[in-house]
Amino acid sequence: MSDLRAAVAAGALGSEESYRELLQSIVEVARAIFGARASSVFLHDDETDELVFEAVAGEGAGELVGQRFPSSTGIAGWVLVTRQPLVVDELDKDQRFAREAAESTGFVPKGLMAAPLLHEDRALGVIEVLDRPQQSAFSLAEMELLGLFANEAAIALDLLQKARSARTVLEEEGGDAAALARFAARLDEAEPEKREAAIQLLDALGRLLRER
Amino acid sequence: MSEPADLPAWSLPAGAGERISIGVDWPEQVTRDWAFGEATGKGVRVCILDSGIEAGHPQVGSVEGAVAFHRGQDEEIERVDDTEGDLCGHGTACAGIVRSLAPECDLYSARVLGAGFKGSGPVLLEGLRWAVEEGFDVINMSLSTTKRQFAELLHELADKAYFNNTVLVASAHNMPVESYPWRFSSVISVGSHEEADPMTFFYNPSPPVEFFARGVGVEIAWLGGGTILSTGNSFATPHMSAICALVLSKHPELTPFQLKSVLYLTANNVGGGR
Repeated sequence: MSDLRAAVAAGALGSEESYRELLQSIVEVARAIFGARASSVFLHDDETDELVFEAVAGEGAGELVGQRFPSSTGIAGWVLVTRQPLVVDELDKDQRFAREAAESTGFVPKGLMAAPLLHEDRALGVIEVLDRPQQSAFSLAEMELLGLFANEAAIALDLLQKARSARTVLEEEGGDAAALARFAARLDEAEPEKREAAIQLLDALGRLLRER
Repeated sequence: MSEPADLPAWSLPAGAGERISIGVDWPEQVTRDWAFGEATGKGVRVCILDSGIEAGHPQVGSVEGAVAFHRGQDEEIERVDDTEGDLCGHGTACAGIVRSLAPECDLYSARVLGAGFKGSGPVLLEGLRWAVEEGFDVINMSLSTTKRQFAELLHELADKAYFNNTVLVASAHNMPVESYPWRFSSVISVGSHEEADPMTFFYNPSPPVEFFARGVGVEIAWLGGGTILSTGNSFATPHMSAICALVLSKHPELTPFQLKSVLYLTANNVGGGR
């Protein structure tokens, strides 16, 4: 039942797209604030135990979203499994890393900063900021700033996951749940007077069902 | 360091104070020279609870023993001899830092990371349980968990380590989240400072993070034999582990409580690093 409530509460239909936009806007802002070449958010897919590019700003935007890799590999993997934020510089010195990065993302970062996305007691994914051509190495103050972005991204990712599971519930349960979600969506769009009338009707219906 | 059988464990009878006199010959002023001057870490067993160690890496040298923990069938956690080394590099980086400051310590690896994120909590717990039961002098944990369901068990293990004379050194979080085991008072928790000297460390008068060690722009061992520059509490922690190993190699009789006092007294902002 809680899934059903989540489905309705999320206003289900359409909210997934909004949360995705929110996530995209977080990586855009992170990239701008840090003056970085790119910024991305990875989601941990619990079913396949992989990290998935969920939002990308700058280099790789457009191509990377949806790409996946095993959850404990790469620097994003370190950060996820240790739950520790991390900065790595001089990555281009490492031939193997450079080759792998170039193959998967199309460019080789010199340095990157990454933080885990922690929400309540779960680790949902990782946020990364890559390369700042104009600036020096990342400092502790910047890691703390990234922590703030990570917090924001974790909330957005949590909402996105909830919206997705709500959609899954709707798709799986078909009839009843979908009807309720459609109703919630219509209610959301309605003019105030119509909405009030609809709620009155719904209350009356609720009373009728209780009397049964 | 087991206690002689005739020592009181739960209460102290009248006139028995002398029977439990402590053997440490404490100087009037605890200095760095007294605490770890000329120390090399010799004879101290340091366990890196992490992603494994690439044995033979120039920054690491020899590894005395390595085991790996993973989920077997039926979700049971299995321990096997580790023949793969390090799959991601994090543990090798930590080991290299410990080796650089405590060149003669004995390094051991317990691999609890690298086999996927899912189910990593029980693997971590089992690895820590093993390391505590093995009685290592120092366990380096450059990692934490946010799962509340593991907090109680981790707490028990941290306390068990503390009373068994095993020092647990754990990375703190610089983010506003609840995570463990670094928050427990029985461990030595470590955050980063931005100084370049690897032996500079500070006592934090505003816990729960208790110490700050070098964690910015650290040259870390990188898989394949090279090095790279990195920043994070993950790398501040092994600096503190190494300093613990140095103190313990010179004063093996110290308990974790006494060791923490020595670290306090020799911290740069307390004894002025004297």
